[in-house]
Amino acid sequence: MSTELKPGFCQTGDLTAGNRLQSIDVVSVQSQEDRANSLTSGHRACQGCGEALGARMAIDKVMELSKNKVHVVNATGCLEVFTTPFPETSWNVPWLHSLFGNAPAVATGVQAALKAKGMEDVTVIAQGGDGSTVDIGFGCLSGMFERNDDVLYICYDNEAYMNTGVQRSGATPPTARTATTPLSGPHPGNNFGQGKNVPKIAMAHGIGYVATATIANVRDLEAKVAKAMSMKGARYLHIHVPCPLGWGSLPKDTIKLARLAVESGLYPLFEGEHGVITGVTKIRKKVPVDEYLKLQRRFTHLFKKGADTDDLAGVQAIADAHIKYYGLLDDGDK
Amino acid sequence: MALTLPYAITLEVGSSLENKTGDWRTERPIYLDRLPPCNIECPAGENIQAWLGLSQEGKYQEAWEEILHNNPLPAVHGRVCYHPCEDGCNRKQMENPVSIHAIERFLGDEALKNNWTIPKAADTGKSVLVVGAGPGGISAAYHLCKMGHKVTVVDSKPAVGGMLRYGIPSYRLPRDVLDSEVAHIEKMGVTFKFNTRIDNLAASIKDGGYDAAFLAIGAHVGRSVEIPNDGSVKIIEAVKFLSDMETEDKKPELGKKVAVYGGGNTAIDCVRTAVRLGADSVNLIYRRDRKNMPAHDFEVVEALEENVNLNELRTIKEMKDGKLTLDIMELNAEGWPESTGKTETIEADTVLYALGQLVDASLFNDCTGIDVEKDGVTNVNDQFMTGMDGVFAGGDMIPSARTVTTAVGHGKKAARYINAYLKGEAYTPAEKHETASFDKLNTWYYEDEDMREQPVLDLKKRTTTFEEVLGDLDEATAKYEATRCMSCGNCFECDNCYTVCPDNAIIKLGRGNRFEINYDYCKGCGMCVEECPCGSMLMEPEEL
Repeated sequence: MSTELKPGFCQTGDLTAGNRLQSIDVVSVQSQEDRANSLTSGHRACQGCGEALGARMAIDKVMELSKNKVHVVNATGCLEVFTTPFPETSWNVPWLHSLFGNAPAVATGVQAALKAKGMEDVTVIAQGGDGSTVDIGFGCLSGMFERNDDVLYICYDNEAYMNTGVQRSGATPPTARTATTPLSGPHPGNNFGQGKNVPKIAMAHGIGYVATATIANVRDLEAKVAKAMSMKGARYLHIHVPCPLGWGSLPKDTIKLARLAVESGLYPLFEGEHGVITGVTKIRKKVPVDEYLKLQRRFTHLFKKGADTDDLAGVQAIADAHIKYYGLLDDGDK
Repeated sequence: MALTLPYAITLEVGSSLENKTGDWRTERPIYLDRLPPCNIECPAGENIQAWLGLSQEGKYQEAWEEILHNNPLPAVHGRVCYHPCEDGCNRKQMENPVSIHAIERFLGDEALKNNWTIPKAADTGKSVLVVGAGPGGISAAYHLCKMGHKVTVVDSKPAVGGMLRYGIPSYRLPRDVLDSEVAHIEKMGVTFKFNTRIDNLAASIKDGGYDAAFLAIGAHVGRSVEIPNDGSVKIIEAVKFLSDMETEDKKPELGKKVAVYGGGNTAIDCVRTAVRLGADSVNLIYRRDRKNMPAHDFEVVEALEENVNLNELRTIKEMKDGKLTLDIMELNAEGWPESTGKTETIEADTVLYALGQLVDASLFNDCTGIDVEKDGVTNVNDQFMTGMDGVFAGGDMIPSARTVTTAVGHGKKAARYINAYLKGEAYTPAEKHETASFDKLNTWYYEDEDMREQPVLDLKKRTTTFEEVLGDLDEATAKYEATRCMSCGNCFECDNCYTVCPDNAIIKLGRGNRFEINYDYCKGCGMCVEECPCGSMLMEPEEL
């Protein structure tokens, strides 16, 4: 009896970061002992920080593909503060911090300077959290997009201003409790119908490449970095990074939450080129949003006695709309 | 350094390494091995996860050697073991278990094809008598020989195998497989003497100059029952019937209408053999219902496929004029059968009794101190030693489950105690790791993949010949099936812990060399433990 084997089959397929049974060409850079560790140990991120992880995953892949020729410009925020408290830094890359709102503009300037010096083979990265990307630096970001500057911008989205004490941002989801969206009134937490979807706004600029990624799927994340690196001009990568402190979740559940955000449909994984969606990463085992929300204290009010069930239903409706819009389920798997 | 630096200036690359964040920790991750349920369930104590892991890498010879640490007969076991390992397999809780037995068979057959051998230790000058060339005796002989002792195996039958040959039909275990696998053990230096019955054990030990003895004489005496019979129905004992099948000049003569009385695996072997011998009708009669049959259900299924009639909840009341009067039973509240008073009749010219087996303990004639129960079962201590110094026993003759693999396990364990006895040492088994139960796994990371079944012989051949019913897996399929193993409790290097640590506190030592934890920087978030697919990490409170 003969068996049709999937190429590179092993018990975990491509679900784990690596596997001793798989060739080095198909496993993630993160799974290899010679990865760059662009963000090294000793940083002051909280236990189980998703952002520290997302940044290392993305920049390590950039370093591999650029053969370490990379400049990083960082906006103000957690990532800047916990990696670089004077006089130490955790970065193993050329790294520059200026202001909260100007990282895309500074990156444009760095790229122009490199060009003037004939160093166009150096990759320029601008990066920040959702605060600097969605709110404070948004004007600079939009400008960088419309000028099509040769910069890869990476947003690490933890859905609020965590560094300053968990205030609402334009990326905070409806119903989430933050310091500025307290539990009061008939619909406690953040409002429905507000906030910005920056991946879609980036798509609307018609730039070469836009993608969403998650720290729960490192192979997908690295493939998207690689795709972005294969192009010139303005590119945008949006990485979902759970925050144990701001979300009120257990540090050990960071990857699990990132995974449930995808599997529930709340955080769709897609990529697009020049304003057109070119691919989605399908949901593997669909879960109701409850499974994702219940692990986070910022949502516990949704499950308290007397809570308005419309609120929870509203969050589920967002997930369902994503599933439909992006086609996140396989056919016949509805 | 550095507080002397002006503000807003270039900082030393990677200088945060000075900040040892390990002191934030209140819990620490531990990297460990747990004991997988397949291993726990295996009566021979095989390290199944280890040899499946080697098979995944295509290292078949090393995989076979790993089996041989515990069991010298993988080609045999891949065919006849009831694989309790697969009942324990954690994959069973996802889709279906790994087909462990089929991979074991593949490895055993590869060894026979390639003449793989196991080296043995230097001669110790000690000699051991093994009585019984069945699975228990073969196992003990192999292990003792490997340890450097001189081993002689004697058996009253004309050929090797005990119940493997004289109890298990050849459509389940082809004899050339058995003979080839034992030939390997003979080549290692074990001496076999057949047609040799021991009636006075103490004298045989003394005359042969043996330093110890291991007995595994099995249970070959069929249990009988008194049922009125006018002589029109021929009665044969199941164990004798199956044994005679192997002896050319004693081939049993069955009638055309055969009934088998009993519900164990021996009864199933009898009905299926009767089908193959050309009986027109074969009836299996059992006093309880199918659910309560001691026989394994997959064997019952195979018998039913071969046109055996199952008469459950029936006992034989009387045999007269070529007919059996069956008492119709029902189960009482305790699950035991009681007569309903109603009867029915079926036709039969031959009835085989498969009602259990007793031990013929007559070899103890000249021995003292041996504790034998009334059915011949012999008691041993926790080191497998009987009441007589230096005489050990195992297999069907001691109180335990009567399976081939149990006997092989006894042979292995007894060999370790005998070795210690011969050297004047004490043997203490290694402490077992804690169980890698299903709740320790993160099954998100495993692909959903169904078991690939072995090919089955077509029904026509199954009912007319003694050809082997189950076929081989080819190499690609065996490897695929091995790769379904989730490696419960034992790291298989998926690199998740290394990848998900936000503090780079897991050190990857290179493929094949596993990982270390750098507690200088580990903040104790526990993500590595949570995202470990196979449960080979745990969190432990830090001593504060």
